[in-house]
Amino acid sequence: MITMIRVVLPFHLRNLARVYDEVELEINSAQNGPVTLGALLDAIELRFPVLRGTIRDPDTLKRRPFVRFYACKEDLSHEPPETPLPPEIVTGAEPFFIMGAMSGG
Amino acid sequence: MSRARVLVGTRKGAFILTADGTRKDWEVSGPHFGGWEIYHVKGSPADPDRLYASQTSGWFGQILQRSDDGGKTWEAVSNEFKYDGNPGTHQWYDGTQHPWEFKRVWHLEPSPSDPDTVYAGVEDAALFKTGDGGRSWQELPGLRSAKGKIWQPGAGGMCLHTILLDPIRPEEIFVAISAAGTFRSDDGGVTWRPVNNGLKSPYELPDPDAEVGHCVHRIARHPSRSGVLFMQKHWDVMRSDDRGDSWHEVSGNLPSDFGFPIDVHAHEPETIYVVPIKSDSEHYPPDAKLRVYRSRTGGNEWEALTKGLPQRDCYVNVLRDAMAVDSLDPCGIYFGTTGGQVYASADSGDTWNPIVRDLPAVLSVEVQVLA
Repeated sequence: MITMIRVVLPFHLRNLARVYDEVELEINSAQNGPVTLGALLDAIELRFPVLRGTIRDPDTLKRRPFVRFYACKEDLSHEPPETPLPPEIVTGAEPFFIMGAMSGG
Repeated sequence: MSRARVLVGTRKGAFILTADGTRKDWEVSGPHFGGWEIYHVKGSPADPDRLYASQTSGWFGQILQRSDDGGKTWEAVSNEFKYDGNPGTHQWYDGTQHPWEFKRVWHLEPSPSDPDTVYAGVEDAALFKTGDGGRSWQELPGLRSAKGKIWQPGAGGMCLHTILLDPIRPEEIFVAISAAGTFRSDDGGVTWRPVNNGLKSPYELPDPDAEVGHCVHRIARHPSRSGVLFMQKHWDVMRSDDRGDSWHEVSGNLPSDFGFPIDVHAHEPETIYVVPIKSDSEHYPPDAKLRVYRSRTGGNEWEALTKGLPQRDCYVNVLRDAMAVDSLDPCGIYFGTTGGQVYASADSGDTWNPIVRDLPAVLSVEVQVLA
């Protein structure tokens, strides 16, 4: 099943990826299984190789400490990569947010 | 007429300043990569329009940028700095062992002869090299074999911040690490040994004469005198006349021998510059006067250069990578401050002018002379 997911990147990652609005990512979920958080992050890095290493560690795939994932007013930052994305995200009704965590500087 | 181009890395972006050979009127472009920490920007001696920039962020990690047109446009190249094999551990602040972890690129040193070859000094301290213009990076792991297990971070992190390449003797490379010391390779970076004999750190190390562990802030040398090295250590300004095999102190009459940058005049190998800072606990100039000190005797005898620099109420610092010299005649000297000013002298330090002020805190300054 092919789904189109809307992603809102933070300012600095939009600049790096050279996009100026939310992006739409096509994800082909394996054997019609759920679209997962990890699959979405894979798709982002595939579409924008320059973002590899900026959202998660390229080796361990652990989220960078000051990056947050929000969806449907929920914080998915601490969820494992196999976590299914909410239906509103998978259908494109709601965007998936990647944010820089609040901290000074 | 030749032109000068100054590459400034700051806490919130990179800035590029250009002027003709008189170095009086400067045009400022930037910020490039606004909002990111730009630890270092440096051009290739073999192709001055080839620039490399270390772009880093506490949120989004390390990006490495390359420009092929003198900074008008940029392309992100590889940001994968993977230690060779299992890097093991080094000493941590509390004396325990801590895994080696890549944090950021502090310093980029392009090869004198090949625009695609660049060395990168990183935190946690290691030396990487690219031979393909930044598309891939490989560690030179022999460096960490030089007692890396007992290296320990300083307050600013365990960073490899200085890389000296020699166009005549490419097999010889020097690096400096805080807080491990100075290291030399005689085989192009394959094997390394500490060269810290003569350094004394009585207030920082249990053994003041330890082989490694010294907080070297910067080393510099003149291209025509590759065996003569100058060092600004945490405390002490030092000199070596035998390729680092031994060091002796040349702090002489400096008001404080604590500081960060040190550089050598482009045409006078015995003329050197430092910016004294009050102490390790008070990172601002002695007496609140910003003074560059120049020695025309290779150390020991120093004169204060003050004309055009603030001589009251000045509490900025000048970081280790924030001083550079150009090869014009007279030699130009440049330095940037944590207060956001970049000062330049077009007469070897006799007089100074701010060529830009009110930038974010300056992390690095480099200068190129363009035909």
